[in-house]
Amino acid sequence: MSATPVNTFFVEGVAFWAPTLPGWAIARAAFRGEGAPADPPAKRPAPELLAAAERRRAPDTVALALEVAAAAVREAGLEPGTLPSIFTSAHGDLGVNDYMCKTLASQPALISPTKFHNSVHNAAAGYWTIGTGCMAASSALTAFDASFAAGLLEAAAQCAADVRPVLLVAFDVEATGPLATVTTSHGLVAAALVLAPAPSERSVAAYEWSLAPGAPAPLALRSSAAKALAGNAMADALPFFEGLATAFGAPLSLPLSSRLSLRLQPVGKPLSS
Amino acid sequence: MLPLAIAPIQITAYTATTAAGTGLAGLLDALRDNRSALTANDFGPEPLPTWIGRVAGVEQVVLPKPLASWDCRNNRLAWLGLAADGFIDAVLEARERHGAGRVAVVLGTSTSSIGATEDAYRALDGDGRFPADNRNPLVHTPHSLANFVQEALGLEGPCVTISTACSSSAKVFAAAERMLRLGIVDAAVVGGVDTLCGSVLFGFNALQLVSTQRCRPFDADRDGISIGEAAGFALLERAGRGAFAQLLGYGESSDAHHMSTPHPEGLGAERALDDALARAGIDAAEVEHINLHGTASTKNDEVEAALVGRRFPATTHASSTKGITGHTLGAAGIVEAAACLLAIEHGFRPGIANTRALDPVCGAQVRIEPATGEVGIALSNSFGFGGNNCVLVFGKAPA
Repeated sequence: MSATPVNTFFVEGVAFWAPTLPGWAIARAAFRGEGAPADPPAKRPAPELLAAAERRRAPDTVALALEVAAAAVREAGLEPGTLPSIFTSAHGDLGVNDYMCKTLASQPALISPTKFHNSVHNAAAGYWTIGTGCMAASSALTAFDASFAAGLLEAAAQCAADVRPVLLVAFDVEATGPLATVTTSHGLVAAALVLAPAPSERSVAAYEWSLAPGAPAPLALRSSAAKALAGNAMADALPFFEGLATAFGAPLSLPLSSRLSLRLQPVGKPLSS
Repeated sequence: MLPLAIAPIQITAYTATTAAGTGLAGLLDALRDNRSALTANDFGPEPLPTWIGRVAGVEQVVLPKPLASWDCRNNRLAWLGLAADGFIDAVLEARERHGAGRVAVVLGTSTSSIGATEDAYRALDGDGRFPADNRNPLVHTPHSLANFVQEALGLEGPCVTISTACSSSAKVFAAAERMLRLGIVDAAVVGGVDTLCGSVLFGFNALQLVSTQRCRPFDADRDGISIGEAAGFALLERAGRGAFAQLLGYGESSDAHHMSTPHPEGLGAERALDDALARAGIDAAEVEHINLHGTASTKNDEVEAALVGRRFPATTHASSTKGITGHTLGAAGIVEAAACLLAIEHGFRPGIANTRALDPVCGAQVRIEPATGEVGIALSNSFGFGGNNCVLVFGKAPA
């Protein structure tokens, strides 16, 4: 069997956050060349879902993920408590990993229990479900430099297979400490989408998706605002969000590996602008 | 709203490598004998006073030359595990049947190759850089596992690493089933690998969850977990030749309660159970055997025993195999799936090694002693940090 099934997802909510592009409205304008990045850059978000003490202590990944997740779900007009979620990140919390490895090398018995449970790749997913009282399925995954595409594939597959809306959250943070000599990731980037299996009055885009053999040529970013974020490990999300902001109608091929891509064919006209 | 029933998925090959041995034979013997494979902790430069499930021979594994750049303890254990029980040959046959691009790799791990990163931090050069022989960026990142396995097996379909702590390699069955159901792949290699490392030994110790003895799941005097390492894999296909067992269902849920403590009434776990039974299209009364999460932590076992007590008949034989293998964390889902498949294939029900007197919270379902008898339907529980739950249902394939 080698047929290539095609499924469709509808985008019900979009969120984006980087210090220079704090919010989808600013990011969308900058990706279209119609607005300037924030100057000075925004400070790290402080998610209201967390208790005051946790808001300060939360690792960067958790703060970023909760910020974009809440914004996308709000825009989709859905109850966060019923929505399955997929969190994708190439490296997880690089700051916590640096802390763990540094402490293990010097004083292993002094490892902080909180940092340890925050070191799991699904920490952001855990805080999100706790903060929203969500008992639906949540997942956390990685596919190195194809982590956004792999997360989008998993979200689209869940949406199509179970015929229900799904939240996708993508984020990566700055590499730090000795780890930064082997792992490249600059700055903070987070983005989120709510995907639905059928259109609604809130749908902002729709894509037919399928797998295609072979990797596409690397997608050239057009805007200086997106190019400035290309050093982040979640950079494979940028062509999708730039496309969503600007070139709606053009097909998109996101590499899943050097031998496979996720093909996205926009359906119809922009459903709203 | 409960999910709809799914069509069963065929399990055409499986394997597990644990402290009980390389491949299924050692695990089968240990399960039948109810014999612990835990040993006194001798891992790392400053071993804590605890017991571990250490796989023998990982240090001696040499990766084939084309894969040498992936070298680290986790990928060595992955390779050791892949090579057991004819698993590689089964995958290569499936690759031949379906095409490399139609076979997915979906693997779970909690800490992946972080042990290699820990090693590098202990051996930084004068400029604060990783030592020259330990600088591969593809190793110092959590996708190291699935990336390595996909390359080792020459597969070209979707490749993803799921990392939801101790439910990781249970959730891989759910992600793969969705891809198979949608027809975007024809087969999937699922499973997981986690290896002993400082992060988990000292991390769980910091949370005061580690026992100084061999862990005793559901014992009235249990006082914590024993950490283990393992590799396990299964080959899933929509239509399989000669498969003796099937994935019948799964349920995934979140506790929405606490990062490292289970929901006190087990509501998240119960939700995953309900979804799993609904997808399998069965009643709880039809489940003959449950491989419990059963970590031997005070709280997990208390909550899980109460859930089993209120949802299953006394005839369901429930036990935890972590006294044998230790808690293999991100690999626990696949190791315990393999234990369920062994129970189905060989007609027996495992017991609970190391446990002497059951906690009175346990109902008649929880058994210390193994038993013989056919198993038609077996269920496996996996619960992780962040309140991440997954329940799997396996069944004997119709003759």
